[in-house]
Amino acid sequence: MRYRLRRWAPGLLLISPSLILLAIFVYGLIGWTINLSLQDRHNALPSKGFAGLSNYTDLFTHDINDRFVHSLKNLAVFTVVFIGGALILGFIWALLLERRTRAEGLFRTLYLFPMAVSFVASGVVWRWLMNPSKGSDAGGINAIFGDLHLSFLQSNWWTNPNWGMAAMAMPAIWQLAGYVMALFLAGFRGIPGELREAATVDGASTYQLYRHVLFPQLTPVTLSALIITGHMSMKMFDLIMSVSGAQWLTEVPSVYVWQTLLTSDYAKAAAISTILLLLVAVLIVPYLIHVYRAEKTR
Amino acid sequence: MTATDLARPIATPAPILPTPQTGSKAAGTVARAVKYLLLIFFVIIVLMPVYVLVVTSFKSGAEIGVTGQWNLPHHWTWASWDKAWTALAPAFGRTFELAIPVALISSLIGAANGFVLSRWRFPGADVVFSLILFGMFIPYQAVMIPLRQIVVWMDIRPGIPTLIFVHCIYGIPICTLILRNYYATVVPEEIIEAARVDGAGMLRTFTRIILPISAPGFVVTIIWQFTSSWNDYLFAIFLSNTSNGPITIALNALAGAQSPDYAASMAGALITSLPTLVVYILLGRWFIGGLMAGSVKS
Repeated sequence: MRYRLRRWAPGLLLISPSLILLAIFVYGLIGWTINLSLQDRHNALPSKGFAGLSNYTDLFTHDINDRFVHSLKNLAVFTVVFIGGALILGFIWALLLERRTRAEGLFRTLYLFPMAVSFVASGVVWRWLMNPSKGSDAGGINAIFGDLHLSFLQSNWWTNPNWGMAAMAMPAIWQLAGYVMALFLAGFRGIPGELREAATVDGASTYQLYRHVLFPQLTPVTLSALIITGHMSMKMFDLIMSVSGAQWLTEVPSVYVWQTLLTSDYAKAAAISTILLLLVAVLIVPYLIHVYRAEKTR
Repeated sequence: MTATDLARPIATPAPILPTPQTGSKAAGTVARAVKYLLLIFFVIIVLMPVYVLVVTSFKSGAEIGVTGQWNLPHHWTWASWDKAWTALAPAFGRTFELAIPVALISSLIGAANGFVLSRWRFPGADVVFSLILFGMFIPYQAVMIPLRQIVVWMDIRPGIPTLIFVHCIYGIPICTLILRNYYATVVPEEIIEAARVDGAGMLRTFTRIILPISAPGFVVTIIWQFTSSWNDYLFAIFLSNTSNGPITIALNALAGAQSPDYAASMAGALITSLPTLVVYILLGRWFIGGLMAGSVKS
């Protein structure tokens, strides 16, 4: 026992600074935020006492114009379009590049480069591209539609009160689809060659080969892609601030937190943050447990 | 699959197999033509925002009208680049002062943690690893309110040093993950065991055996941390301002006005993106490796 302790104790010592920092700055501060969300503290003054869950229930029942519910709806539309778009586009690109392709490296590089750009920078150009003016004033993408005599396609983009968030997802898809492609491509390349050979020898058509042999092998990669795009979507802040700025039409919870902090309503900001954390945790915790189990059985 | 072995398969083409004989030769040619047309079509879509950025940035104020938005400039001018550079230059320098230390410090911390969690394990190492990973996915809003509070209480001046500290802490999970997976693939258990038999302690093993072979892993963590701290906007907006913050803040100030100067904004967006794009173009292969690492495991 003593021997074993002497053996692993130095390792624990070496990573303990990191563990302490993470214990404080991840778990400790999360605890702090949760505690704050349960306080009656709606201005810069100290808390006026414990408020129970009232800050949470207020968000759903007493928020002016149902602002919080509105931000959740926006987030839902954004998330569905963003994840769907990035996964479909990324998958198509991977499928196109998966077999022998001339200049594959070039295509890959071009599809992936938007990932290196910040949302703030890409927001500048997407704001211009998604110019909501139509007709003779049309700008950005609408101008192209006008020139191509496709005016019916002209859109008011993110300024549309119902589906604006779907347009807001376009820049996010532009930036992340290449990443999803890289994931799927690695997934395709990880499939043993014998599987393909066996299927071909058995007389499977190309369609059958993909549908019944290759696609099932991609399930873990698809899960990873879902988790990554999903948690990015929940946290989306930079892009929205850059394209539209903080405003009602495009507000999501992460922007709402920022806006609430500007009014010093600390407890409310903390409650929104906590809900955001829960949304992410619902997605991430099962995934981490899954990874942990896979790791143990290795 | 892990961070490092994912980067490799993507760079090697799929095994060449006999194509199933499902159609005539002509059908095959048509299919190939369709494939390349699609690939080129998508390249055009992906590059469209880049075209807009470059073209608009070289136009003079008078040309930023409604008509001919998509045309090349009549008179190419550096005026907007001048204007953008004047606005961004101080922040540009500050962002290097931020991103370089973050990349280096994070990599060293990640190496220590990754080494312990892969090759100098202690009981419960897997649980600890999962708890560390969780920090990678949290929405930072959930820690931001207390973080700001701490900065105020401790009377720390907002700005680059604070941001370095924060990026290093919240970069621990990803760097630990990347380097742990790297060591788990390239360092054989036997080498560690042999060193142990020879009487080498943990620190000696780490500095003499692990660090010298860490370069490929470091490239991934350095690129990752450089890019993410360069592109970060969320921490920046909470913990700094236009006079002491990084370039994303400065760009947003330049581009976020009610009626922005689009030529200067777009030149600014290009200036902002240049360092990360250069990194991406020069070190793209490893960049992809870093991206893959974000998938934890697949």
